[in-house]
Amino acid sequence: MNRFDYIRPASVAEAVAAATQPGSAYLAGGTNLVDLMKGGALRPDCLVDISRLPGLDRIEWLADGGLRIGALVRNADLAHDALVQARFPAVSEALLSGASAQLRNVATLGGNLLQQTRCPYFYDTASACNRRAPGSGCDALQGENRSHAVLGWSDHCIATHPSDLCVPLVALDAVIEVQGPQGSRGIPLETLHPLPGDTPHLETMLSPGELITAVRIPAEAIAVAGHARYLKVRERTSFAFALVSAAAGLELDGGVIRKARLALGGVAARPWRARVAEAALEGGPATAEAFARAAEAALADARPSGDNAFKIELARRILIRALQEALAGTPEQRPALPASPFAPPSGARHVA
Amino acid sequence: MSLSLSLNINGQMRAVDIDDPRITLLDLLRERLELTGAKKGCDRGQCGACTVLVDGKRINACLALAVTLDGAEITTIEGLAGEDGLHPVQAAFIHHDGFQCGFCTPGQIMSAVGLLAEGHAGDDPERVREQMSGNLCRCGAYRGITEAVLDAHRTLNATAREDAA
Repeated sequence: MNRFDYIRPASVAEAVAAATQPGSAYLAGGTNLVDLMKGGALRPDCLVDISRLPGLDRIEWLADGGLRIGALVRNADLAHDALVQARFPAVSEALLSGASAQLRNVATLGGNLLQQTRCPYFYDTASACNRRAPGSGCDALQGENRSHAVLGWSDHCIATHPSDLCVPLVALDAVIEVQGPQGSRGIPLETLHPLPGDTPHLETMLSPGELITAVRIPAEAIAVAGHARYLKVRERTSFAFALVSAAAGLELDGGVIRKARLALGGVAARPWRARVAEAALEGGPATAEAFARAAEAALADARPSGDNAFKIELARRILIRALQEALAGTPEQRPALPASPFAPPSGARHVA
Repeated sequence: MSLSLSLNINGQMRAVDIDDPRITLLDLLRERLELTGAKKGCDRGQCGACTVLVDGKRINACLALAVTLDGAEITTIEGLAGEDGLHPVQAAFIHHDGFQCGFCTPGQIMSAVGLLAEGHAGDDPERVREQMSGNLCRCGAYRGITEAVLDAHRTLNATAREDAA
């Protein structure tokens, strides 16, 4: 790990001023940043420790019925909040399907949004990576790439955004609150992570020094609480990133879909809102045929970036399964293995 | 850069001066405080051998920079047994053969203590397995580990009922 200065500002304003300096990085839970620094993939000159900034660790219900989650709320605390579970069950399920219990106790909301890709070539400083070292090339293109992107990628970068949490959040129209040198602003989470194009090193829309202070989920998103699931296919039973995941939420009027909320994870450099598929579903009946058509629409522009054509069909199937489970209704008890397509809520065993 | 920390480690207040913010909690414990119970396996948050409790919650000590923890209360495997003997989780691991080589065991036990305090697994072996997935055991003693956690859950519940009565 490189040498660095460490400062612990007392206020958001002080933190922003410090982090505006080139070479600075915010440190919250550190579960991703410290790991990246140990491997030398990131080498900040100064860590600005925001973990004790006052007021950023609250879960607040707003007067309009929406939810405001402070950026320093830990994954475990958010996932087990009773009202969050009741009103945004897919958010809770996604959180609990990610990482390990130890990491969930430390990792923060803001850090989850800003975590780096798990592309192994990004982590390996001996490999070419346009995201880590602009202009150096992309070793993933001809490398081990079965887990890489099938949507929105470019010849400069085929990495995926690894977050589970972000997938239901974009489906629910979450907005991030940001504080920066020029004041505060709100940004739809859906636009936080730009697609790589020829500038994959521009990882977010944030300006230097800008700090995520909270995430807001609008009240309208509660309408799908009764029909919401997050499903995730991974290479092992637990403690693994998604190969493909899907968040689905339905607002039903009899057998007719009034509103659909769909997003995919593990398929692109951003959590992927499937708006075309939502539009294909809305106003029509909640049938197997409609779900299949929606899945086709969601993946219409997908193409393999390497040895990963299987992920396109996998994404269609997991989207259909998430829609089926959403239609059946949010399970009253969370499955033993959250988000697993192999673990029905009845409590059936998922390992022999 | 000299940094002064005050840490409560296993019930004892310790004043610690560190000269480098790169020092992780794990290295502080093992290399400076002679508490080698927490193990360095992967050193990257993937194996759980370094699990300790910080303010009552299980975390990976290898990914926590010590400098960020000023004022924290830390419990390691060395601080788990009381004057009356082993902690119920330690006793259960022995009773159920929850280990072979023993390298991952301090992390497994601290993780299990954290899991039982969280209270989300109940008596469901599926939930115990899922919530212990941050602790790898290369000897494959998972069956004994799961049985030990479930047994300790029963013991601690019974003790809590007696205390309440």
